[in-house]
Amino acid sequence: MNLPLSNHAYGEHALVLPPDDPTSHDDADISMETRLRMYRMLQEMRQFEKRAYDLFMQQLVKGTTHLSLGMEAVAAGFGAAMDTDDYTFATYRGHAHTLARGVPMEGVLAELLGRANGLLGGKGGSMHLTSVEHKVMGSYAIIGAHLTIANGAAWSAQYRRSGQVAVCFFGDGTTNIGAFHEALNYAAVFKLPVVFVCENNQYMEYTAIGDITAVRRPAADRAPAYGLEPIVVDGNDADAVHLVAAEALAHARSGKGPVMVEALTYRHGGHSRADPGKYKPPGELEAWLAYDPIKVYRGRLERLGVAAADIDAINAEVAAAVDEATEAAKNGPLPDPRAAFTDVWADGGHQWRS
Amino acid sequence: MAILTYREAVARGIAQEMERDDSVVLIGEDVAGAGGVFKTSAGLLERFGPERVIDTPIAEQAILGAAMGAAMTGLRPIAEIMFSDFFAVCWDLVVNEMAKTRYMTNGQVTIPLVVKSGNGGSLRFGAQHSQSIENWAMAVPGIKVVAPSTPEDVVGLMAAAVRSDDPVLFFEHKGLYSSKGEVPDGPIVDELGTARVRRPGKDATVVALGLMVSRALAAAEQLAERGIDCEVIDLRSLVPLDAATVLESLGRTGRLFTVEENPRMLGWGSELVAIAGDDGFWDLDGPIVRITTPHIPLASADSLEDLMIPSVDRIRDEIEQALKP
Ligand SMILES: Cc1ncc(C[n+]2csc(CCOP(=O)(O)OP(=O)(O)O)c2C)c(N)n1
Ligand SMILES: [Mg+2]
Repeated sequence: MNLPLSNHAYGEHALVLPPDDPTSHDDADISMETRLRMYRMLQEMRQFEKRAYDLFMQQLVKGTTHLSLGMEAVAAGFGAAMDTDDYTFATYRGHAHTLARGVPMEGVLAELLGRANGLLGGKGGSMHLTSVEHKVMGSYAIIGAHLTIANGAAWSAQYRRSGQVAVCFFGDGTTNIGAFHEALNYAAVFKLPVVFVCENNQYMEYTAIGDITAVRRPAADRAPAYGLEPIVVDGNDADAVHLVAAEALAHARSGKGPVMVEALTYRHGGHSRADPGKYKPPGELEAWLAYDPIKVYRGRLERLGVAAADIDAINAEVAAAVDEATEAAKNGPLPDPRAAFTDVWADGGHQWRS
Repeated sequence: MAILTYREAVARGIAQEMERDDSVVLIGEDVAGAGGVFKTSAGLLERFGPERVIDTPIAEQAILGAAMGAAMTGLRPIAEIMFSDFFAVCWDLVVNEMAKTRYMTNGQVTIPLVVKSGNGGSLRFGAQHSQSIENWAMAVPGIKVVAPSTPEDVVGLMAAAVRSDDPVLFFEHKGLYSSKGEVPDGPIVDELGTARVRRPGKDATVVALGLMVSRALAAAEQLAERGIDCEVIDLRSLVPLDAATVLESLGRTGRLFTVEENPRMLGWGSELVAIAGDDGFWDLDGPIVRITTPHIPLASADSLEDLMIPSVDRIRDEIEQALKP
């Protein structure tokens, strides 16, 4: 008997490699001011994530941490396109999206270190970064759920006629869970002002998305089932993302309903912690490193006439800021033990009986 | 004063709050056009319009997610999960998202929402439409749990639940929907976390919830004829839990009984037993007795279902047996 799974060839899907023309968006209609802003964001995310990795290896960041190294252009492109009032919903891989909304690095790093000066006072950790003040409405670590929650924020914006859009980031692996499909249909039916952004980094945890997904483009190929356009964007080119983001946000804001964007990208590191990523086939990482979002963007700025020294100055400023945030995080006090008992309830406490 | 059915009281409570506050909205499967499969939202669409009373797809995760996201950003949604059994397909939203987000964000996020749901058995719906799941809910830190037993309480506790800044699961008992009771005119606002003594008594404290309250009261009447004077407490709310009212009663009677519809293992009564052990031990004059549904799924045949859910006769007999000198 020939059982179907005996022929299921893990790792035999075609490699998805990056586009090979980093100049493709040199002529895009994006101001130099915005471009420099995005470059700075890319640097902040990159240097922050590297520092987070180092601190993890020094065992100062406990538990787990999921880095966006290699995927920064998605966060920067959207971050620069969003209005200050728009909502961000992120996943456990959410450091970059949090920084993209202007949340200071110190609080984020201190949160990773479990300190009282952390963004969440040490009660949430790396996977749950939230800053309501910056409209970062949370980072969620149960696959799929936050798409439905983003719908709720979008519904509230629609009901209040506030003009806000909710932007919800998630991974390729998330397209296979039920909540994804419930959320898409729901958003489409009620024309909610929500932009779903699939960061297709080609892997769930350790399994390649192509091996366990019925369609080639995990998000884009599902979009038409819910009446949405299949949109795929080069997720390593911040300009490409920015243009698509601006269009998607305008569409959602105008009352025309949700948008699904699939941003094709790649994570340079492992899924989490110190995962060495041994499941990646030979040549794949190298190809994507050659199309690194920061390299792509720096090259563009130089072609557009920005002096190398000016770019280096941005890098240096960011490096200093990361160092400063690291010191402040390391010097942060441990949370007051009483903090473990606060904010179970809206009255600030944890009492459940008289 | 009006005589309302329990189901009418649900709609009245919701209407009272929608009238008062524009940020209160209602979503769920068949809640708008059809007025709810249990008719607990009859008339609300006509009264408050399609922007505030919304029929959703059969997508329990999407429903609860929408309620949560809206609650985080300025609305006070009421979401319906038709049968409480269906919480199993969206329990993540309750347990991992609604319950934890305030805590994890160090108080940044507030989630003022109500999830109303038809709970419990006695209607011969079989094991997938009859569960009493209040004991799952009370086991989750961060979720408030209410289960009214009378139409008046339905109105007042619905108002309290809507006004609460915490997520509240509001368990309506399906077996009570057609029961009737007097409801005062005008707005009624009750308080979460408060039990009610429904019948004062001096020989035993009998604590019940939901459908079990009327059965415990009927059993108490029969026991009174046999010279046993039971105090019957309607718990009304499991979280917060009004342990003080129960302990105060136990202090007077010396005996404690729970009447629970949930399956026996880790039913709400076991927590009450533990509390009595901690804080009421020296008041006890005899063993605590839990009268519960056995630890089984419910069968659909009326003869079998009636054997499993505590009946008036069983409650009466178990109490009488336990109090025999
Ligand atoms: C419901 C659920 N199932 C499984 C997991 C464990 N898990 C965490 S991350 C992950 C992979 C998610 O992949 P993807 O959506 O592509 O996001 P990425 O990590 O690549 O950003 C899995 C399976 C989870 N957190 N939640
Ligand atoms: Mg992925």
